[in-house]
Amino acid sequence: MGKLLLGGALIVVFAAAALLSLIWTPYDVTALEIPERLQRPGLSHWLGTDHFGRDILSMIMVGARVSLAVALVAVGIGLGLGVPLGLLAAARAGGLVDEVVMRSADLVFAFPALLIAILITAVFGPSAFNAILAIGIFNVPVFARLTRGAALSLWQREFVMAARVAGKGAFRISVEHILPNLANLLIVQGTIQFSLGILAEAGLSYVGLGAQPPTPSWGRMLAESQTMIAIAPHLALFPGLAIVLTVLGLNVMGDGLRDRLDPQLRPRR
Amino acid sequence: MLRYAFSRLLALSVSLCVASVIIFAAIEIVPGDPAAYMLGLNAAPDTVAALRAELGLDQGAVARYFTWVTGVLQGDFGTSYTYRTPVGEMIGERLWISLPLAMFALTLSTAIAVPVGLWAAATRGRAPDLGSMGATQLGVAVPNFWFAMILVTIFAIHLRWFSAGGFPGWDGGLLPGLKALTLPAIALALPQASILARVMRSALIDTLGEGYIRTARAKGLTRGQVLWRHAFRNALIPVLTILGLQFSFLLAGGIIIENVFFLPGLGRLIFQAIAQRDLIVVESVVMLLVFSVILVTFLVDIAYAAVDPRLRRS
Repeated sequence: MGKLLLGGALIVVFAAAALLSLIWTPYDVTALEIPERLQRPGLSHWLGTDHFGRDILSMIMVGARVSLAVALVAVGIGLGLGVPLGLLAAARAGGLVDEVVMRSADLVFAFPALLIAILITAVFGPSAFNAILAIGIFNVPVFARLTRGAALSLWQREFVMAARVAGKGAFRISVEHILPNLANLLIVQGTIQFSLGILAEAGLSYVGLGAQPPTPSWGRMLAESQTMIAIAPHLALFPGLAIVLTVLGLNVMGDGLRDRLDPQLRPRR
Repeated sequence: MLRYAFSRLLALSVSLCVASVIIFAAIEIVPGDPAAYMLGLNAAPDTVAALRAELGLDQGAVARYFTWVTGVLQGDFGTSYTYRTPVGEMIGERLWISLPLAMFALTLSTAIAVPVGLWAAATRGRAPDLGSMGATQLGVAVPNFWFAMILVTIFAIHLRWFSAGGFPGWDGGLLPGLKALTLPAIALALPQASILARVMRSALIDTLGEGYIRTARAKGLTRGQVLWRHAFRNALIPVLTILGLQFSFLLAGGIIIENVFFLPGLGRLIFQAIAQRDLIVVESVVMLLVFSVILVTFLVDIAYAAVDPRLRRS
């Protein structure tokens, strides 16, 4: 319970900052205030300013919005495509459909998210949307495999046998009986993929393949801080901490959720 | 075993074929003509046409795909649109940085993770276990490029033990080269070591709950002997899986880390190639990376079967 609260609290803080940034930030993140540049954290700028005089706290708030949105939609793509594919493969276990779905999943696994992003960028140019697409595609086989594996064992259970005897087809059984029993597992995996998505988005933005200027993103803030790290270390410190705390929050929350939702998955101590 | 290896080899070949088609098709739909891009806006149409013919761009997509694939199979990756040098040579030069970096990082992460995982499992629920698992939780959450920046600040800028970036080449000897790769390898290894240590610990704990471990203990073996002789060996299967998966993450992570340290490896090459629309280089580097991931997966599958005979029959 402690883990769930601690992780949840961290996520609520960043999610609230992201939502708040939609209507208010302490300063305008696109306004350049050169006289105010490279200020240390203080009363007027809580986390200091960057080399263009932009307020770091405001940029981190908007960056939270970008990070969380990209990772969340990418998890949505993974769930939306991966779960139906996994259910289909399990319902047709051992058949051609199963084989095609699983071999395709293997193939997508051979393309790390960064390579997918590089390919997409080479074709369409860099953007936050392409980052979502790259991370989302990488999430699909993760959910497809997980769903298939868990669904296969559920198909052997008595309540599914009963549903078959009652005349229900594979589709109805998958939706009405298998899927609800997978919900907990998918929620836990969802938080893990969410945290991996935050890290991937940060990496892509860092190398310039994510959200483009003037929209601030945590990864690009770090890239821009790199040449100034000796004179203004706070530029690299705060966006980095924002990434670590968000990912840590999601991972700890994931552990807590697993303990709460699925006692069988709880790690033995 | 031979039949199993053959079936995996078949799967490997199919995966490679499909991957090559996907990569080629993705690059194929890139808008714009590389020849026109290379020659600039003022180029005469017949000059562009001549360059298109020279680069083989006047052929149909299917013909170009087969030219590319048969070339790649013979080690000929084509000629870079920008530098007019063989892509194979460019990749070969860069590989001498990216590959040692990935291997260095893999060695470091294994060297850190195995003892930590063993220690945590041996002290389950006590302070060393809780402490090391807390540290690995943090290690998983730290982006490697941010960790790299912290390492540069401490060890290059303040302590001046290492250079902040660049690579002196291997001609000056092994040590200067390895020294230049040390901080990048540590930065790459940290998150991987954290994941591996967690897997090692849980695999060991699962194994320690097995009946044969109780038997070994009942026979009079000490806890340490049981851990080392029986549990460790059997816990290697999940560890091997993660090691195989990590290789692809190390190669991909290397692309980012090379940018932090300005290392002239495959990562830098691919970004330069994208910026210059040198698509044949992008295509070939991506294919090479995907090939290495598929190959490692294949080797892990074979290693599994060697470690666990039950898997050969399934």
